[in-house]
Amino acid sequence: MKRTSDIEIENQTIEKSIKEMAKNLFRNKEVDIILGYSAGTIPMASPPIIIRNESDVEKLVWNNFCSINLAKNLLELMPKSFDDKKNNLKIGIVAKGCVGRALIHLAIENQIELKNIKILGIDCNGIINRKKIEKEIGDREIIEVSLSNENILIKGKGFEQTFSYDEYLNELCKKCKVKSPPTSPELNGICSGKCEEVLSIEDDFKDISDYELKSYEERWEHIKNLLNNCIRCYACREACPMCYCHLCFVDQNKPLWFGKTTELSEIILFHLIRAMHLAGRCVACGACTSVCPMGIDLNLITRKLEQIVKERFNFTSGLNIVDLPPMVTQKMSDKEDFMIDEK
Amino acid sequence: MNLTETKSGQEEKNLEKEWEPKIIAFLCNWCSYAGADLAGVSRIQYPPSIRVVRVPCSGRINPFFIIKSLVDGWDGVVVSGCHPGDCHYISGNLVARRRFAILKDLLTFFGIESDRVHFMWASAAAGERFANLIKKITKIIKELGPNKKFQKNW
Repeated sequence: MKRTSDIEIENQTIEKSIKEMAKNLFRNKEVDIILGYSAGTIPMASPPIIIRNESDVEKLVWNNFCSINLAKNLLELMPKSFDDKKNNLKIGIVAKGCVGRALIHLAIENQIELKNIKILGIDCNGIINRKKIEKEIGDREIIEVSLSNENILIKGKGFEQTFSYDEYLNELCKKCKVKSPPTSPELNGICSGKCEEVLSIEDDFKDISDYELKSYEERWEHIKNLLNNCIRCYACREACPMCYCHLCFVDQNKPLWFGKTTELSEIILFHLIRAMHLAGRCVACGACTSVCPMGIDLNLITRKLEQIVKERFNFTSGLNIVDLPPMVTQKMSDKEDFMIDEK
Repeated sequence: MNLTETKSGQEEKNLEKEWEPKIIAFLCNWCSYAGADLAGVSRIQYPPSIRVVRVPCSGRINPFFIIKSLVDGWDGVVVSGCHPGDCHYISGNLVARRRFAILKDLLTFFGIESDRVHFMWASAAAGERFANLIKKITKIIKELGPNKKFQKNW
């Protein structure tokens, strides 16, 4: 990745554009609230914030720790019944590429009302992998984080450390091809700011094909070691914009389908079924990985899903609101190479 | 004492030799279940390894059933439905096919023995085919041995 300008300046430009767009929307009375990122109280975390009037717009920020997918927070603002007060709530949402993709996919699944939404598109410049830095820092407390040129400068009590920005980006962000929210003619009047039309994503999935060079046993060992740390806190599910079921299959207890232990087979069962539920829906935002308290790299699974869906059904989620996702459509000509037959 | 020990040892050996996999078979009501029935009434011989669960359609099968069966200790899982185009509910098996394709790919990716999980089509007139496929699947699973990798440790 080649940078043309200083990251700090890039961030400031993005932040300025967000604030300008937000102010304009409030002035034109196009929105009632705006969903965005705020500075938060601890370093390396930017929690979501709801802005209700023009004077509060200054609270909106953009930095490289805005890892949360705001589409999830938007879902909670959607009306639950048709006499709900939220029915006519006009919402603006600050959207990087993956938030835009999530919004489009949620609109396909009829979870959000697009006519009530304004997308404040920005050109995301990558999210830093907080977990990776925290691992290096260890137990020491981080007090201040700043960016300069191509480095992340971490300051704490009695220490100072620099990390290379390009190296400590999220793996997904390094491969990301949709930096700003995708738009299409159907979304006219909804997208403002930086939005671009994306027809298809070219991806060779080299990371996955490299991983698949491993033998069966090696892969099993790797998955076992990876998921063994899982404490089943379901943070991945809570952060995922696509996990909006009112009753998740793991919470269902009549009948009790799903065991409640952290035994390996049940952990793997959870992750396998979650992956199945996300097939053709995952928008590769990496929110699940960024919130995992145990630092499990779930991207490995979601990347594989993306690859399967792309190769089998030639579908990429969240690019336009016309194409139906693969799990609700079917073709007579689908491949049957995995099925058993007499021969 | 010695005698019983050797005897139990031998019994174990015999058991191992005669080990028959236990395979759970989800058969769709309209084609495969009738196909299995036909195999029965036509007196076609096939291994007694499957335990049948009748479901309305192969589209009823949630991938959860399949993986849960493995966790619960079944040595293999077979899902059988109508041939594409023959579904009683028009497209249930086509929906199922997409699901199974992804599931099979994922199992292979995870390094879980994906050969324990099989999908097949068998029509109501295909008693012979049903028996042959069950024979084939039993042979594959027999080679894999008992399901120990993914089973829950109670």
